[in-house]
Amino acid sequence: MIEVRNLTKKYGNTVAVDNLSFSVEEGEIYGFLGPNGAGKSTTMNIITGYIAASEGEVLINGYDILHDAKKAKSMIGYLPEIPPLYQDMTVREYLTFAAELKGIPKKEIGDAVDVAEKTVQVTDVSGRLIKNLSKGYKQRVGFAQALLGLPEVLILDEPTVGLDPKQIIEIRDLIRELGKNHTIILSSHILSEVSAICDKIMIISQGRLIAADTPANLMELMQPSVRLNISLKAEKEKAEAVLSSIEGISRYGIRESEEEGILEAEVEYEHGADLRDRIALAFAEAKRLVVGLREETASLEDIFLELTEPEEKNASALIAESEKREREDAKSDLKNDGGDPEETAEEGEEERHGSDL
Amino acid sequence: MEAIYKRELKSYFHNMTGPIFMAAVLVFTGIYFVAYNIVQGYPYFAAALSGMSFVLLFVIPILTMRSFAEERKSKTDQLLLTSPVSVTQIVMGKYLAMISVLGFCMLISCLAPVIIHFYGGGSIPADYMAILGFFLLGAAYIAVGMFVSSLTESQIIAAVGTFCILLVLQLIDGITSILPSGASGSYVCFFILFLLAAAFVYLMTKNRVISCGVGAVCEIVLTIVYFVRQSSFEGMFGDFLNALSLISRYDNILNQTLELTTFFYYISVAAVFCFLTVQVIQKRRWS
Repeated sequence: MIEVRNLTKKYGNTVAVDNLSFSVEEGEIYGFLGPNGAGKSTTMNIITGYIAASEGEVLINGYDILHDAKKAKSMIGYLPEIPPLYQDMTVREYLTFAAELKGIPKKEIGDAVDVAEKTVQVTDVSGRLIKNLSKGYKQRVGFAQALLGLPEVLILDEPTVGLDPKQIIEIRDLIRELGKNHTIILSSHILSEVSAICDKIMIISQGRLIAADTPANLMELMQPSVRLNISLKAEKEKAEAVLSSIEGISRYGIRESEEEGILEAEVEYEHGADLRDRIALAFAEAKRLVVGLREETASLEDIFLELTEPEEKNASALIAESEKREREDAKSDLKNDGGDPEETAEEGEEERHGSDL
Repeated sequence: MEAIYKRELKSYFHNMTGPIFMAAVLVFTGIYFVAYNIVQGYPYFAAALSGMSFVLLFVIPILTMRSFAEERKSKTDQLLLTSPVSVTQIVMGKYLAMISVLGFCMLISCLAPVIIHFYGGGSIPADYMAILGFFLLGAAYIAVGMFVSSLTESQIIAAVGTFCILLVLQLIDGITSILPSGASGSYVCFFILFLLAAAFVYLMTKNRVISCGVGAVCEIVLTIVYFVRQSSFEGMFGDFLNALSLISRYDNILNQTLELTTFFYYISVAAVFCFLTVQVIQKRRWS
């Protein structure tokens, strides 16, 4: 399990990660989403101990990444954004070296490398120099390195970049399989990937956590009601009469479609109340044919765009964040409010002293 | 550490760095050996090695330039730093690999004293001491080169920087002779040196209070000592620089006077630069 508390990373005056807190339970797959420069890779580098945070702490299964570095690091498999490959080694040599580095016992190294090679299917290039491999293979070798010895925690920075579609599906299945008994954090640009694999999604923008929830909950938050598109073979008056007779519909609209004799109806109702069967039956009773029925869902892209849009950041942050986080924010706001006047008072005093002298 | 050592050593012989380095060292050792010991009939191998020390200036940067600069550039340092090994282990693994490459050359040159002995004359223990001393001198140079390599991402800058530093160390005797040797001259030189030290402290810590404090304390103590015991400042800066010189100590070995202080000096220079390398890498993680 991974615990991140009040993580802050500053580069000079720029804040790359701003007071980030979250925890990932065992057997969970967390997805990091965020625009370029949001601080995803920085956060991952801090979690794995590559760089140190300015403030805050990271606990891996209870071991601090800075103070119990050896124990904490031995539980992590890390695939960075650019796979850390030595170009002048063969795949086999490289993985053996990485296994030795991770402190895997000598007797088990051979097996561990075999397993890792087999899992990401690089056995056939095992004897080739890494510099001669294609990008996809390099990515896979990097992934194999992270999997060596099957560490409890896996941190994967864009694991499917550079892979062909078939490989992407295989790697996704693999991650999902590993996620059952490992703790995994992965970042990705591909939103559908994150929503397909991850149990929870964390959306980060400008180093701050904006939303953290399951994909389904995020979608619900963004779209409070279900929108249904219905294609009908009916007259407008009849359709209106049928729709208005159904309970639970909050809004509907009807328009003619391009096809002759077909109407398009848009129906909205609240989440949870599945009205599809009732609507279909109502039209059947009225002896009118329902040609098509399609539920429209907010895509993750919409959520992502809306949440990471700078102007709407504050508003959407309030919507999406859980109550607990809201309370925390309120607390810190209060603290800030309390802190500012003191500071200005002090400055004022100093100025007065200065003039006295 | 063992894994890093093995990997580094292998990689030196996977690409051309290791062979080129060894070839250069052995060829020039051979040339100096033939010129001094065989042709001129000088019975001590130390003479040939003394000439070799100049060649070291050129070949050590080849060996050390990629040690950390390349890791950083290709981001492979992410693998090392996120694995359960300490930075000290990483640095020592790399350092030991580099001095091993130099060690191979020294092992081969261990044949030379035997050849000299075969011709008659010479002293085998003195010659082996000279080889050991030369190896330790090289080890100190390698530590300097590794330190420079850890400062930059560019292998070229690492190589040129190492060469310049080693050259200054080599020429330090010549430099001291052109510096003012009077008491006031020494005072000014030390004053400037402390200012530079304070600036270095500022660069490392980015803390104005600490660096100004360190600088001010050093300068004040220096000034007080100067006014109390002005006579002792006579030629003091020159002596100070000479004491830093690595190569002048090697001349002791050349004169057949075995001084353990020389060996200890080389080892401590190497230790200091290994320590500084660890600090540079640690510090980068925090900034």
